[in-house]
Order: sequence, then C-alpha cells, then structure tokens
Amino acid sequence: MTENHGSDLPAGGEKETALLAMADHIADVVDKMLVSCAVVRGEIELRVNPADVPQVLTLLRGDRQAAFNQLIDLTAVDYPERESRFDMVYLLLSMDNNRRMRLVAAVAAGQVVPSVTGLFMAANWAEREVWDMFGIFFAGHPDLRRLLTDYGFEGHPLRKDFPLTGHVEVRYDDNQRRVVNGPVHLVQEFRDFDFLSPWEGMQTQIAEKPAGDDAEQKG
Amino acid sequence: MGIMDPAKAAPIPPGTDQDAILRAVGDEITNRGFVIAKADKLFNWARSGSLWPMTFGLACCAVEMMHSAASRYDMDRYGMLFRPSPRQSDVMIVAGTLTNKMAPALRRVYDQMPEPRWVLSMGSCANGGGYYHYSYAVVRGCDRIVPVDVYVPGCPPTAEALIYGLLQLQKKIRRTATIARS
Repeated sequence: MTENHGSDLPAGGEKETALLAMADHIADVVDKMLVSCAVVRGEIELRVNPADVPQVLTLLRGDRQAAFNQLIDLTAVDYPERESRFDMVYLLLSMDNNRRMRLVAAVAAGQVVPSVTGLFMAANWAEREVWDMFGIFFAGHPDLRRLLTDYGFEGHPLRKDFPLTGHVEVRYDDNQRRVVNGPVHLVQEFRDFDFLSPWEGMQTQIAEKPAGDDAEQKG
Repeated sequence: MGIMDPAKAAPIPPGTDQDAILRAVGDEITNRGFVIAKADKLFNWARSGSLWPMTFGLACCAVEMMHSAASRYDMDRYGMLFRPSPRQSDVMIVAGTLTNKMAPALRRVYDQMPEPRWVLSMGSCANGGGYYHYSYAVVRGCDRIVPVDVYVPGCPPTAEALIYGLLQLQKKIRRTATIARS
C-alpha cells in the first residue's frame, strides 16, 4: 500500500483512494525496477534507477490503465551533498485520467543516462538543455549539443558549484576587430541583502546565538 | 528645431516675427531660385531630421520602443522610421539585455550600418547589465561591444523617456561639426 505524504485531498475520500490505487497499480506495473513509490504533495512520485528510465516510461505509456502518454517536461536537480548528486525528473501527464506524475532517477556525476528521444520527441531539446545546464550525458541522443549557452562555453551553469558570474566575459577588441572572451573582472563584488529569502536565507540558526550578540553588533 | 534667432540662440515663437523671416526666405526663393545656408548646419539639420533607427529589440525594453513608435507617441513626427536592415539605418537602439551569445551578432549589425551612425543604449540592462549584472551569460553594458552616444536609464524606460533620449541625440548631432577644418 502506497503512503500519502502531504496531499491536500481529504483523507479517506474518493479522490485520495483513487490516487493511492493508481500509485499501487503503477508500482505493480513497474514491478522489479521500482526503487520507491509514494504520493508526494498530491502527485505520484516514482523512483527508479536511471538505466531503467526508458523501459519504465514505455510501460507507463503503454499500460491501458495508467496511460501516461505525454512527457510534459524533463529536467534535473542538483544536490551537491549527495553521493548521486543529480535527480533526473520526468514530468508525465495522463490525458485519459487527468492525472500527472513524476518519475525520478538519482544520477551520479559522470553517470550516463539513456536518452528517451526514441519514446518522446519532446525530450530532444529538453535533454540538450539538461546536458548544457547540468552536464548529464544522454546515451543515444541524436544531436547532443549545448542549447542555451554561448558557443564555446565551458562549465554547466545550473550545477551548484558553478560561480554565479561564470569564468569569462565578452568585449569587443579593436585590434582583432571581433568580440573576444576574457577573464571576469568585477568592479564590485556581488552582495546579497535578501537574508530572509526562502531559497537561501535562514541557514544559520538565529536562536542559537547568545543573548548579548545583538548589543555587541550595535556597539 | 524651429527658426532660431542667431543673436539669442533661442527659437523664435510663431507670430509676426517668425512670419517676417519665413516670408523673406520665400521671397528669396521666388526671386533668385535658391537660398544660402551653412553646409554643416544643413547636413546636421538633414541628419537629425531623419534618424532611421535599426529595429533591434532584445527584451522587454523593445515593447516600450514599439510604444514610442506607435500612434500615441509617434516617432514618425520626428522623421524616425524603423528600418528592417542595418544598411538603411542611422541609429541603433539597443533595447534590452545583451547576452554573451548575442554580442557578436550585435557588433555585426553595427558594423553593417553606414557612417555616420549612432547608438542609443536603452534601459538598465543595456547600460550596465542591470538586474543581470552578475550573471554568467550577460554583457555588463553594451558599451563593451559598441560605442554608445546616449544612455536612457529605466527598467524599462517609458516611451517618453526613449523619445527624450532620441531628442537628446538630435541635439548632439546638431552641435557636431560635420566638416573637418584644418
């Protein structure tokens, strides 16, 4: 029986029962390739190994009851502290059931993920973008070039260890009469004043500071 | 520009004084068939009165640029028509965020414009990177790629601000000496 983590559907209601039944059915379909299956924030989240992704997607698309036959998006998330630092995320839609789900596969740096362009044409540019931004290589992709960054760009900008300002900046060189790359020179360092940002603020525990700390700062 | 009073260097307002001058010029053309003017003043008058901007919209500033060209503000009043080709334009309005990947294309378009040519940098992003100043993908000011004549601040600048900037450019052109003297 699949567990429900944080769905806003009423517990034990008709909709929640149907959602959990679908999650159980998907877990049955995927069978031995399953790593975990749960309902997270009201959507089914299925975790598998990256090598099994094309086969799992084929099963989910072909199954009459699940019928997840649209790939909405495909992207990745970087967790630098983990051993398998990336999560490949495939967002699927079943038009028949009016239902969405996530397929997640943990990928280590340098690990090759099989391309799903053979299954979904929509994956072509999405995989190029993931290669560009995260440096995850897709085996069997027809044209795995960078998608967004400059020609000759080095590095993968959405990796958490990539510096915000990058390594190069461009300028026009009057002698060479063309736009050239040079090392970054910032006149003023980047300053972040948004200490309460829900994305990166509050990492230090304010409550743990000693009581006299505020007075010292004022003085 | 209007009719200027050379003694005071100020425009003469419409009225009997202005009419007298216009009538004198009109009589001169009817009587002799020509008028005499300073060549560089004439060139500058012609150049500033028909600034044809290159259509080069890069981001949201381009929407304000469209507003300034549309019927409410109507850049046509100043003889400014957007041209689809750099070879037909005098001024390039860099309207929006200039990315590293776009920089060579911008320079190429600038190089294709015939002399004399001017560049107007529109909005924070084009002036100095703006919101994206610390980004790895954005040029920190389009003056690193092309020489800029007028900077219009704002994010995005209003259509009025852009027109004000273009009028400043007209002013700048008018006080340029076009004929080199030894």
